[in-house]
Amino acid sequence: MITPLENIIIKTICRLLIPFIQLFGLYVIAHGHGSPGGGFQGGCILAASFMLVVVAFDLPEAKRRFSEKMNNIFSSLGVFIYAWTGWMCLLLGANFLDYGILSKILPVNPVMARYYGMFSIEVGVGITVMAIMVSLFLDLVTGGKHEEALDE
Amino acid sequence: MIWQLDIILLPLVVICAVAAITVRDLFSATVLLGAFSFLMCMLWTEMGAVDVAFTEAAVGAGVSTAFFIAAVFVTTRRTKD
Repeated sequence: MITPLENIIIKTICRLLIPFIQLFGLYVIAHGHGSPGGGFQGGCILAASFMLVVVAFDLPEAKRRFSEKMNNIFSSLGVFIYAWTGWMCLLLGANFLDYGILSKILPVNPVMARYYGMFSIEVGVGITVMAIMVSLFLDLVTGGKHEEALDE
Repeated sequence: MIWQLDIILLPLVVICAVAAITVRDLFSATVLLGAFSFLMCMLWTEMGAVDVAFTEAAVGAGVSTAFFIAAVFVTTRRTKD
């Protein structure tokens, strides 16, 4: 069990650092299709920023900012975005995740439709990886007991 | 490929890997495993596999180290065997 520690230096440094870590995670997700990085790495960086909140502050404070219920919603939302992008391609008459066909409903040419299709896949993967990593960390840090979390 | 960097990094990788499985303290083993992951990340960057290196830095050195620390906190800190 991680106990809350009263150290002004750690709290201030984390408060300064966490927004930049999250900004970097969003950058990695948003540039995943054109440069190294992607949904998985960006989601891991976002989850690491949440773990820094848990370590620097305490668990109830972290859950007040990002509750268990929101975590469940996010973990399904990413899968929903991924599957919905794939099924849109199927419904328009192409193969699963064949993004080029999305130019029928988007006001762009097929090349840019592939670009945006890959981007939405990366966003879905990033959201799900972040939520699942946070949920694994909460499982580990509470020893699987989830103090008060099961009452929500 | 820069062979001078290879000569610096490869012995450090081997030292970290051997130390992580021989040390008695579980917390030290976790930190050594994080150092191993980071050195492997630098090795992969040096070999030109930037995407693999990025994954290693985010998952191996970042998230899995935090997982191991959280797991060590709910067990005993020293090994019994």
